[in-house]
Amino acid sequence: MADNDTRAEPAAPPSEARRPRPGQAVARAAESWVAAFRRRLGAGEVGKLPAVLVLAAVWITFQSLNENFLSPRNLSNLSVDIVGTGLIAVGLVFVLLLGELDLSVGSISALAAAVFAVLNVNNGVPEWLALIIGVLAGTVAGTVQGFSFARTRVPAFVVTLAGLLTWNGLMLYVLGTSATVNLDENGLVAKLTSHYFTNDAAAYGLAAVGVGLVFLMSCLDRRRRKAADMPHRSLRETAVRTGGLAVIAFASAYLLNRFQGLPLALLIFLVVVAVLDVILRRTHYGRQVYALGGGVEAARRASLSVARVRTAVLAVSGTMAAIGGLFLASRITSVSQGSGSSILLLNAIAAAVIGGTSLFGGRGTTWSAVLGMLVIQSIASGMAITDTPAAVQFMITGGVLFAAVVIDSLSRRSQEAHGRA
Amino acid sequence: MPAPPLLALHGVCKRFGVVEVLTDIELEIRAGQVVALLGDTGAGKSTLVKLISGVAPADKGVIEWEGGTVQIRRPHDARDLGIATVYQDLALCGNLDVVGNLFLGREIRRFGFLDEMEMERRTRHLLERLTKDVPDLRARVVSLSGDQRQTVALARSLLGDPRVLLLDEPTAALGIDQANEVLDLVDELRDRGKGVLLISHNLGDVKALADRAAVLRLGRNNGFFDVNTAPQETILSSITGATENVPRRTAAPDAGW
Ligand SMILES: Nc1ncnc2c1ncn2[C@@H]1O[C@H](COP(=O)(O)OP(=O)(O)O)[C@@H](O)[C@H]1O
Ligand SMILES: [Mg+2]
Repeated sequence: MADNDTRAEPAAPPSEARRPRPGQAVARAAESWVAAFRRRLGAGEVGKLPAVLVLAAVWITFQSLNENFLSPRNLSNLSVDIVGTGLIAVGLVFVLLLGELDLSVGSISALAAAVFAVLNVNNGVPEWLALIIGVLAGTVAGTVQGFSFARTRVPAFVVTLAGLLTWNGLMLYVLGTSATVNLDENGLVAKLTSHYFTNDAAAYGLAAVGVGLVFLMSCLDRRRRKAADMPHRSLRETAVRTGGLAVIAFASAYLLNRFQGLPLALLIFLVVVAVLDVILRRTHYGRQVYALGGGVEAARRASLSVARVRTAVLAVSGTMAAIGGLFLASRITSVSQGSGSSILLLNAIAAAVIGGTSLFGGRGTTWSAVLGMLVIQSIASGMAITDTPAAVQFMITGGVLFAAVVIDSLSRRSQEAHGRA
Repeated sequence: MPAPPLLALHGVCKRFGVVEVLTDIELEIRAGQVVALLGDTGAGKSTLVKLISGVAPADKGVIEWEGGTVQIRRPHDARDLGIATVYQDLALCGNLDVVGNLFLGREIRRFGFLDEMEMERRTRHLLERLTKDVPDLRARVVSLSGDQRQTVALARSLLGDPRVLLLDEPTAALGIDQANEVLDLVDELRDRGKGVLLISHNLGDVKALADRAAVLRLGRNNGFFDVNTAPQETILSSITGATENVPRRTAAPDAGW
């Protein structure tokens, strides 16, 4: 897997007689990192690099056009704005890993929001219960589609195209005569995106816990590998890697604390992405998803239950779409007939692909959804801040998506050529 | 009475649509025996392998495992019996790394999560026994050379300690050194009491290695040979069809009304 952090690097050289200075240590670690990266580039694995470069370019451009772009306030808002669509994109990553597409996520997100709104606001069902039922509506819709896809062998994009219309119709039916339902401004769902942990400790705590966990896991893994005489990273490299992560985490925490603190929405988003990432890359279930993306027939011959995995993947996608839909509704504290528009679906797909998940299946992680959403939302926010018309925003996002698809396709071809050698 | 064969097929048929690709196939594989499956391209050798491994199950006929009738309806069934296969097209997942491919469908877990280290350790152990050219275990299989992929597929078939191995042209894509490594391995497997079905176009290898040969021609049995005694020409002519050893059903009387 592209981002397998247990990737076998050459074992650390025997400890030198003379202790290297810290500066040297960093340089050496960076060197080995660059070497490993070159090898992967050569094998056609570009991973997240293009998206990171684009993000940097976008931020530099807009910051030079308007100095408020990188202000704590704008970045904090950005971090909340990416959550709704981002959660939908995370679910789509699962589907893309199979080499399939789920076109129904926009409709499902709107359906879930409508179910919640009508139950809670119009019928007085307690918020927590309505919330659960809304999410379950997405799970059920996804499972139905997954089952049809797995059993009929009609491509997922066709099944979910039918779903797109069906769920959209169902949403309009659920909303009935009410064109727009306004949510309780102080309710649970509204709080999802309006609540901030104003105490500085929250953001720093999250950064510390995240970095600490990563460091702990890599140290434990390293110790086990060393004990078993297996190739492992040098302590220095582990430290530099975690250090890099720490810089990003604490800088973000610092910025967030300079506005209103850690947004609840961002906390939930990061936790969900991290948990799903572990499920995809570290569990039997996730391994099956990747295997199907690499070749359905090969997976079948390895005794995997293709139908079950397919059903489960679309169920995940439907569930994530529903959760994302509730966050989107929360952001504007209302649900209307226009919710879940097609631009939402396109943005979610674009986010996953721009972040480095392959359209051909088998390559990508949930973090690509975060990265891709950051790119898309940064463009949108920069455009808004500089008063650029929406037309230009669409064209630029389209251009970035096109570039991402081209890179995806080129890297795939380069990999195959590499293999033929 | 001798022990029943590990695996036996009786009157097995397979059709794809209207085409009957395999007709009334008989086959026996005994423990500690290498059976060569010979036949021209298109004779149905690979189809027979897929039939036994549950990828393309039989339409008719009986499959016996150690004397008892069994059903092989899907790959899972074959694996549970102890049948492992190296397919002609290898059937690897190109996007997974070497370790991922070896353990696909039977990952080792630790606290519920994949135990990458243990799987990597065993993979290394296995591959080092098989070949001198051990690939990067964390490289995606798509980026490996043909030789290396073949080795990976072979290693995967050995992983679950199977009792019968079906090897569909395991040496076809290999250089001489590597091919010899594989042939040595087959020899070793026989000594360890495994049953091996080996498909190969190289009659020299078959002569050197196999105990028995079963010839397929146009989807039917066309003779069984004791490789050590049967002259090569006889086997060859059976493959090309110069001799038809099929016990022909005499034309039914009603054919001449
Ligand atoms: N899935 C399939 N559908 C239809 N015909 C097939 C299929 N697989 C194999 N065949 C046919 O079965 C015959 C035997 O093929 P195969 O078993 O691959 O031969 P061999 O391995 O001996 O070269 C060929 O004529 C081939 O065209
Ligand atoms: Mg064949």
